[in-house]
Amino acid sequence: MTSAVEFRSVSRHFGPVKAVDGVDLTIAEGSFFAMLGPSGSGKTTCLRLISGFEKPTGGQIRIFGEDVSNTPPHLRNVNTVFQDYALFPHLNVRDNVAYGLTVKGVGRTARHAKAEEMLALVKLEGYGDRKPAQLSGGQRQRVALARALVNEPRVLLLDEPLGALDLKLREAMQDELKALQHKLGLTFVFVTHDQHEALSMADSLAVFNEGKIAQIGSPQEIYDRPATRFVADFVGSSNVLPPDLTRALGGPAQWASLRPEATRLAATGPVSGTVTALRYLGSGTRVVIRAGETEIAALVPAGQPVPEEGATTAIAFEPSALHLMGAS
Amino acid sequence: MTAPAILPAKGAADRLTGTFWRRPRLLLLLLIAPPLLWLGVVYLGSLAALLLQSFYSIDEFSGVVKQEFTLKTYAELFRAQNLDIILRTVVMATAVTLACAVLAFPIAYYAARYAKGPWKAAFYLGVMLPLWSSYLVKVYAWKLILAKEGILGWAAQGTGTGFVIDGILSIPGLQGSSLSTSPFGTFLVFVYIWLPYMILPMQAALERVPNSMLEASADLGATRSQTFRTVILPLALPGVIAGSIFTFSLTLGDYIIPQIVGNSSRFIGLTVYQLQGTAGNTPLAAAFAVVPIMIMLVYLTLAKRAGAFDAL
Repeated sequence: MTSAVEFRSVSRHFGPVKAVDGVDLTIAEGSFFAMLGPSGSGKTTCLRLISGFEKPTGGQIRIFGEDVSNTPPHLRNVNTVFQDYALFPHLNVRDNVAYGLTVKGVGRTARHAKAEEMLALVKLEGYGDRKPAQLSGGQRQRVALARALVNEPRVLLLDEPLGALDLKLREAMQDELKALQHKLGLTFVFVTHDQHEALSMADSLAVFNEGKIAQIGSPQEIYDRPATRFVADFVGSSNVLPPDLTRALGGPAQWASLRPEATRLAATGPVSGTVTALRYLGSGTRVVIRAGETEIAALVPAGQPVPEEGATTAIAFEPSALHLMGAS
Repeated sequence: MTAPAILPAKGAADRLTGTFWRRPRLLLLLLIAPPLLWLGVVYLGSLAALLLQSFYSIDEFSGVVKQEFTLKTYAELFRAQNLDIILRTVVMATAVTLACAVLAFPIAYYAARYAKGPWKAAFYLGVMLPLWSSYLVKVYAWKLILAKEGILGWAAQGTGTGFVIDGILSIPGLQGSSLSTSPFGTFLVFVYIWLPYMILPMQAALERVPNSMLEASADLGATRSQTFRTVILPLALPGVIAGSIFTFSLTLGDYIIPQIVGNSSRFIGLTVYQLQGTAGNTPLAAAFAVVPIMIMLVYLTLAKRAGAFDAL
């Protein structure tokens, strides 16, 4: 399989700020690739490096094997769904979607037909005559998607496209985006700061931290075996254990992660603490135990006894569930 | 002791705020009544009085205004010499507006897109500073700049480019002994004086165009000039129209610049001034004053029909 996008030690420095610093990255053709990270971690800059709105200060970017160092955005066969959608307010929905064809000089009938086809793809048939201001947030998002797909790009870039939507709409759009990507067989590169979104949608993902890639892999790899403390912290829900606690639990003196689902409560054990918080989740109860400086979460499945707040309990787990990782 | 659910009103201010809360429209009414009276009575009222005057006529023998409804005064506007004045004014106002738009756009674009921090402050200062000094001082300064012995003529002589000025002065319609007595001089001064009124609304309009919109255009394959024509210009158009209303109507009504710089040919403003003052022909002055209003109404209707306000 060819790689759709390839970064070779790419950097983008803004004066002393290293927004992207020596990133190596390969995005496989036809994959749904997520770039995950906190704000300012360099993920959006990476996306803008692919679209051409930023120029790398070092390294090389290849799109389908071709070096794009000297290619301006309008000649790159990639399109972007912008975070704020960036729909043109003076054009109606049909002309917005057809914009990419208009600037190519495609005739009126042909471009309108194609625009209607794209609107049907995002389930917005019959909305062509409306102005963007007359649409809801979710509808605008679909128009932005249709507009970005009208030129049939080889890579579609999505910059936090679901960030402005409410939870329910967000989840529906997540499923739809995934289905659309399957149907079109396109390479999607998706930027998000939402770990659940990244884990549930992507085929593979890169976790960014301070301009560098902290870890790259499948969602399961990232979730089960975070490479560093930062990844474990950011991807969340995993317990991060400091070296002394890892040793007390029978491992080497290293940072480790332990998933709450793999953590059980026991009467006795090498590490015990006080229950400080309980959260009922329906399928179970999340119990937070404070052991010294560290808080450890355990997931008690429904139907099993749950301790009260303030009670003392020990923790237990299968030794294989303990995952060792680097400190940075 | 627990605090009461309702706190006691401590003074007139508390009670007044309470009144306003119970009657929300009262405060609004109090706030807008004075400006509304000003606008309605003083401003629109005098405009109505003006309109009324234009339907009266003057007795040609006694010079007294006859207060009878007639369209005779309006008919007088269509005399060749009066049509000449109207045409000259409209041509000048159009030329000034176009020149202002062309000059203002790059300045406004730079200020809206690129200027930050101190550069932005410098921009505002640069645009506003000329507005702080007296209008008359500026016009007389230009008279000196454009005079035969002025700095422009001197610089042209020194650099051997005097033929450019001579060339302009030999164009039919722009003749004069120097730039300060040529209609071209009048045009230059108009452009200088009204330019800030074009820059500021343009800059405000351009500032509201998010960067992502320009990026989206490029992303979809548009060249710079396509982005300019299909995105930037339509979105900046309300600002351009707002600015052109200023430059156009201010030029239509000005009566001082053509008196000081140029060949003393008459413009609408100057004609109104003379008819109302020295000639005492208030009805014809009023009819002349209605002309710019009608022109502006036609202009705005055309602009609206062309979709200039679609992006608002």
